[in-house]
Amino acid sequence: MEEVVIDAKDMHYRELNEKIHQILRENPDVKKIILKNVLGQRFIGNGLQKKDLTIEIYGIPGGDLGMFMSGPTIIVYGNAEFAPGNTMDDGTIVIHGSSGDVTAHSMRGGKIFVRGDVGYRSGIHMKAYKDKVPVLVVGGRAKDFLGEYMAGGNIIVLNIDEKGNDLGKVKGRMIGTGIHGGAIYIRGEIDKDQLGVAADIKEFTEEDLEKIKPYIEEFCKWFNLSEDVKNKLLNSKWTKIAPISKRPFGKLYTPDLM
Amino acid sequence: MIPSYVPPKYKVEVDPNKCMLCERCTVECSWGVHRREGDRIISYSNRCGACHRCVVMCPRDAITIKENAISWRSHPLWDIDARADIYNQAKTGCILLSGMGNAKEHPIYFDKIVLDACQVTNPSIDPLREPMELRTYIGKKPKQLEFDFVEEEFDGKKIKKAKLKTKIAPNLKLDTPIMIAHMSYGALSLNAHLSFAKAVKECGTFMGTGEGGLPKALYPYADHIITQVASGRFGVNEEYLMKGAAIEIKIGQGAKPGIGGHLPGEKVTAEISATRMIPEGSDAISPAPHHDIYSIEDLAQLVRSLKEATRWKKPVFVKIAAVHNAPAIAVGIATSDADAVVIDGYRGGTGAAPKVFRDHVGIPIEMAIAAVDQRLREEGLRNEISIIASGGIRCSADVFKAIALGADAVYIGTAAMVALGCRVCGRCYTGLCAWGIATQRPELVKRLDPEVGARRVANLIKAWTHEIKELLGANGINSIESLRGNRDRLRGVGLNEKELEILGIKAAGE
Repeated sequence: MEEVVIDAKDMHYRELNEKIHQILRENPDVKKIILKNVLGQRFIGNGLQKKDLTIEIYGIPGGDLGMFMSGPTIIVYGNAEFAPGNTMDDGTIVIHGSSGDVTAHSMRGGKIFVRGDVGYRSGIHMKAYKDKVPVLVVGGRAKDFLGEYMAGGNIIVLNIDEKGNDLGKVKGRMIGTGIHGGAIYIRGEIDKDQLGVAADIKEFTEEDLEKIKPYIEEFCKWFNLSEDVKNKLLNSKWTKIAPISKRPFGKLYTPDLM
Repeated sequence: MIPSYVPPKYKVEVDPNKCMLCERCTVECSWGVHRREGDRIISYSNRCGACHRCVVMCPRDAITIKENAISWRSHPLWDIDARADIYNQAKTGCILLSGMGNAKEHPIYFDKIVLDACQVTNPSIDPLREPMELRTYIGKKPKQLEFDFVEEEFDGKKIKKAKLKTKIAPNLKLDTPIMIAHMSYGALSLNAHLSFAKAVKECGTFMGTGEGGLPKALYPYADHIITQVASGRFGVNEEYLMKGAAIEIKIGQGAKPGIGGHLPGEKVTAEISATRMIPEGSDAISPAPHHDIYSIEDLAQLVRSLKEATRWKKPVFVKIAAVHNAPAIAVGIATSDADAVVIDGYRGGTGAAPKVFRDHVGIPIEMAIAAVDQRLREEGLRNEISIIASGGIRCSADVFKAIALGADAVYIGTAAMVALGCRVCGRCYTGLCAWGIATQRPELVKRLDPEVGARRVANLIKAWTHEIKELLGANGINSIESLRGNRDRLRGVGLNEKELEILGIKAAGE
C-alpha cells in the first residue's frame, strides 16, 4: 500500500501524529499519506526523516508544521498556522494558502513555498551550512521583520496576487534586521528606510538571477502558474538585500581588563 | 608597561635569583605576560589576570603574583572598579564584557543558612554502615496511580494482582543529585567537555551541552548528556534531539537574564562550525527571545513540539534565569508538558556577559528556589515537576541547602571547571584560557588531558556525594527524598524577618 488516507476529523494532534508514525512503522513502503479534515492539529510531520514520503494536508494544520523535519514533502491545500518549517533540516513544504508568523523560523535546509502571504518575522534566523541552504519563496507579501537575524539561505518574495498580477510596492518594514548571512530577494523597489539595522541593498546581478531562477520555476510548477507569469517574474526589477557585514555586532564589546 | 589609563591589577615578579631562564613561563602564559630579554624575564603585569598558570608550571617556583598595591584615592562611592570601567568605556564606547558570575558584594544566603543535626533523640545515622539513598528521578510524576486488579493463578490458588495502569513518563535516573551545567562547546574546549562526559558517566549523573551542539566525540556518552535548544537553534536537528538523554529549552541564564548569546566569529573554528552547523568564522548569534515563544502558551507549544519530535520519549526541561517573577513563570512551565524547571541564580557563571547584566540583573538562587517551590506547592503542582537549581553552588553544603529549600537536584558549572584547574580569572571570553578549558586553540586545549580532567571532576562529585550522605545521616535522614523541601532542617543566621519568610525558614534559636 503506497498511499494511506487518514480522516483527521475531531482528532487530537497526538493521536493524529501517532497514527502517521504508526503507518510509517508498519508500512515502510508508504509513499503518500493524505490527511483529510485537518483543523488546527499541530506538529504534523515533526522530525520525520523519510525522504520519499509526501504528506498531503486538506484543511488547516496547526503550528510548527514540519518542525525538525528532514526529507519529506508536505503539501497543504489551505492556510498554515504559526511557524511552518520551524528548525527544518531538509525536505519541502508547499502551502497553497498563506502562513502565519515566523514561517521558516531557524530553518537550516530544504525549501518552503507559500502561495499567499507570510506573517511577521518570517525567515527569522535562517542559516546555511555547506550544502544545506534553506529557501523560502513567498508568492504574495511578507509582514515586517522579514529575514530578521538571518544567518544564511535565501528568501524570495514574488509580490503577486492569486491571479499572478502585481501587488504594488512592498510595504514591509525592518526588513533584514540583524542580518549577517544569506540574502533576501524582493520583486520590486525597496526603499532604504524599509530596511532594518545591519541590512543593505546590494546590486542584483546576473548570478543572483541564476541563483533564484530554479526556485521561481519550481514555485510556478507547484502552483501551476503560466509561462507568462513565470517570464514576468524572471524579467522583473528585483531588489537584493544582504548584510552590510558578516559581523554586524563585532564591535559591540570591550573587555573589562584593559 | 603598555600605556593604559588603568594601572595593572596584579604585579608579576620573577625572582632572578631563582629563575633559570628556561622560558617555560613565556610559553605557558597565553596572555603574553612573560618575555625573555637578554638574560632575564620581563613581565607585562597589565596583561596578567592571576590565572596562576605560570606560577604553577615554573620549575623553580620563581614567580609570584600579588595584588598591585597601587593607591587610588579611596572613596566610598567611586571605588576602583567604577573608575576603571569608565576609563575602558571612554576609550572604546562599547559595552563592557565580563566573565563568570555576579561579582558584586551581595549577600550569599547559603552562608547565612545553617543545618540541623540530631542529638539524642531521632539518632543520627552512619552512612558508612547503613544505606543512604541519593537516587533522584528527574521528570514528570503522575498525580496519582491507577491500578488494574487481575486474578491470576499462583500455586493452584487464585490471587489478585495489582498491575500499574498509569503510564509513567520517562525520567532521568540520577545516582547523585549533582549534574554538570550547560556550557557550550565553543565556550569550552572539547577536552573540557570530554572530561565532564567521562565523569558524569562514571558517577551516574548527567551533563548539559549548552547551545553548542553535540560534538561527535561525545556521542559515546550521549546517554548521560542533556541537549539544549536555545534561541539560536545551533546544531539542533532530529539526530541531536534523539541522541541525548533529555532536552533542555534555554529561555534564560542567571549570568545575563533577558539577553541572548553571542559567539564571536573568530571562535567559530572548523570543528565548532560543524557542531553548530554554521559557516566557519561567522558570528553565532542567539537572539534574546525564542522567536517562536512570545507567551506561556507558545512555550508549551515548543515543549510539545520537542516531545512530538522525540515521540514523547525524552524528558524536556525549561531553564529560566532567577528573576522577580520566576515563581509565576515556573507555574506556567509546570502546566505545560515540561518535566523540570531549571532555575539559574544571578551568581551563575558565563563565558561572556555584559558586565551590567552580570552584576545587576536577577535574584539570588536561594530566594528563587524557595519562592518557586512554595508557589508550585500552593498551585498543587510541585509533586508533578522537578526543580533543578543552579548558579553559585560551591560545595556539598550548598547542594544540601538547595535541596532542603526545595530543589530536586542541582547543576554545577563553575565548580566543575575549578575542578579542572580554572582559577575564576573571568577572562573566558578572550578564548585564551591558559588551562585549556575555555579556549579553542589546539596548543592550549591539549594542556587539559580528558582522562585526568574526568578523574578530578568525578572525584569532586564523589566527595560531595559522600559529604551529602554524612549530612543526611547527621540529620537522621536516610534518603534525599526526605530532605527535599524539608526547610525545617534549616535555620537563618543574621537574616531579617522578610528574608526568613521568603526562604521559608526559622531563625537560629527558634
